[in-house]
Amino acid sequence: MAERIATIASRVGLHARPAAIFAEAAAEQPVEVTIALENEPADEALDASSILSLMGLGAEYGTKVVLRAEGEGAEQALETLAAVLETDHDAE
Amino acid sequence: MSREESREFQGVGVSAGRVIGPVRRMPEPLAAPADGAPLPEGTTAESEAERLGEATAAVAAGLKARAAAATGDAQAVLKATALMAGDRTLLKSAIALVQSGTSAESAIWEAADAVATQLGALGGYMAERATDVLDVRARIVAQLRGVPAPGIPDSDEPFVLAAVDLAPADTATLDPSKVLALVTSEGGPQSHTAIIARSLGLPAVVAAAGTGSLVDGELLFVDGITGQVVQNPGPAERDLALAYTQRQPLPDFDGRGRLADGTAVPLLANVGSGVDAQAAAAAGAEGVGLLRTEFCFLGRDAEPTAEEQVEAYRAVFEAFAGKKVVVRTLDAGADKPLPFLTDTSEPNPALGVRGYRTDATVPGVLARQLAAIAEAAKQTAAEVWVMAPMISTPAEAADFDAMVREAGLSTAGVMVEVPSAAVLAEPILGACDFASIGTNDLTQYTMAADRQLGTLAAFNDPWQPAVLHLVQATVRGAQAAGNKPVGVCGEAAADPALAVVLVGLGVATLSMNKRALPAVARVLGSVDPEKAQRLARLALGASHAAEARSLVRAELPELELFGL
Repeated sequence: MAERIATIASRVGLHARPAAIFAEAAAEQPVEVTIALENEPADEALDASSILSLMGLGAEYGTKVVLRAEGEGAEQALETLAAVLETDHDAE
Repeated sequence: MSREESREFQGVGVSAGRVIGPVRRMPEPLAAPADGAPLPEGTTAESEAERLGEATAAVAAGLKARAAAATGDAQAVLKATALMAGDRTLLKSAIALVQSGTSAESAIWEAADAVATQLGALGGYMAERATDVLDVRARIVAQLRGVPAPGIPDSDEPFVLAAVDLAPADTATLDPSKVLALVTSEGGPQSHTAIIARSLGLPAVVAAAGTGSLVDGELLFVDGITGQVVQNPGPAERDLALAYTQRQPLPDFDGRGRLADGTAVPLLANVGSGVDAQAAAAAGAEGVGLLRTEFCFLGRDAEPTAEEQVEAYRAVFEAFAGKKVVVRTLDAGADKPLPFLTDTSEPNPALGVRGYRTDATVPGVLARQLAAIAEAAKQTAAEVWVMAPMISTPAEAADFDAMVREAGLSTAGVMVEVPSAAVLAEPILGACDFASIGTNDLTQYTMAADRQLGTLAAFNDPWQPAVLHLVQATVRGAQAAGNKPVGVCGEAAADPALAVVLVGLGVATLSMNKRALPAVARVLGSVDPEKAQRLARLALGASHAAEARSLVRAELPELELFGL
């Protein structure tokens, strides 16, 4: 199981637009990726490609989240997705 | 050219403009599926789950295609909505319900409800997104039923929107770049449809009986001036629509309303918030003729605090330093009920406890509001006048005047909406400082015709000669009471032809939606006082509203020039 902690960089938090960008990116990965708030048990992790789960997470600017994936390409997928979270999409 | 027959419908034109475009009908509202309805007969959990998967995929694909064709913010919103429709977690929880024996419709309804509730609990921005989830849910259920998605139809090309009537919630999602015109089979000149059309500057015809039979895609000519709607228009209608597109652009309002000879007719704005007030000031409004104070009360369970009220009023006053701002005290009741003030069980709320009358049933709210207005006035440089809605006797006018002075404000007035106030204008104006005529309610009460009732739309027209006679009576009474000023703040003031008539009747100031300022200013500037008086006499002498309108319009060539 690969794990990667990322910090939300979008000023508005993981709201609709940043959540949409992230959910789309997660769906494109070759492995299933989960997301959870830091310190939350792994079995409560949510599907990272679900925009509704992402929005329900209530992750604000600066919140730390844990991405997890298994299988071939997991490490690379987490790197890619962490980079998406650590970009401020409202600054674009 | 098609030789098909054309069909004509006659309604009431409520917002000027002539256009031709394909019609799209507003779908029926979507009925909620029954709570936990079982799998329909002849289906299995597997077949329902598959159907649900297909429906969500189809809705997601449709939204995605629209996102691809859109740009900017609209694209971002559509993209996010498409992802919600195809959301795996949502589908999984709905399918779990299907597998426990629930129908596809009820399952997606319940699953989305849980998500919306969760988002709602997060508050703020996320709570607003809960609405998007419910919108997606309705689209999926519509897809399952094989009916069009509820709400304003989706379309890539601009269209004429046809509906029974529009609710405020529908108009909030109306995209003026996609909607060419509005046509409703019900509703009157003061309906929400009419008001939103005027504020967006969209041509609109209401109460056009028979338009319910129009079919999506049919070509429609809409004349928001005459109220004519023609399906399958011919060369005559095409020429009219073409002429409208070639109309001269209206010059911006220069901030000084006047007749051709220079006689000043201050043009003010109707506003409902501080943001509104700033926009009105930017549009050149010479003040505020009607500040609707309901904005800080509506949608609340309890009276707002003094601090909240002072803040809200101050935001408006600050936009008009050194200028007049006429504040209408709380006008609750009838179509604007307030839980802490009005009784919704009245059998006939338009004739019930509303406006100033609520001070008798729930004393204190008005006095506290006046105190807040006085405090906000003290903190700013606006010239603050206050007026009470729904005054019907000289005694009420005197009582209100006393309350206003008690609060430390200097100028008290009344709204003339009830015919008795127009008839007794002299003693009423003898007891206070000014009057402002609310033509919407004055028309409904004079003609005894419900403002929202499409079948009575022809009665509910401020061009009704009886209404104009009451305007004249008000002005005469005010003159006899010591030349007290009379303004008009109803929708009538925003109709440039009617504005000329009102000025001809002796009305001193006109207050309107800021969008109407350029048109009204331009047409008033084309007439001198003698002509305005002559046109007023023509309108007073007409036998019905349509005749009054056409007699006066025929004398105002500026209207044609600017497509008004």
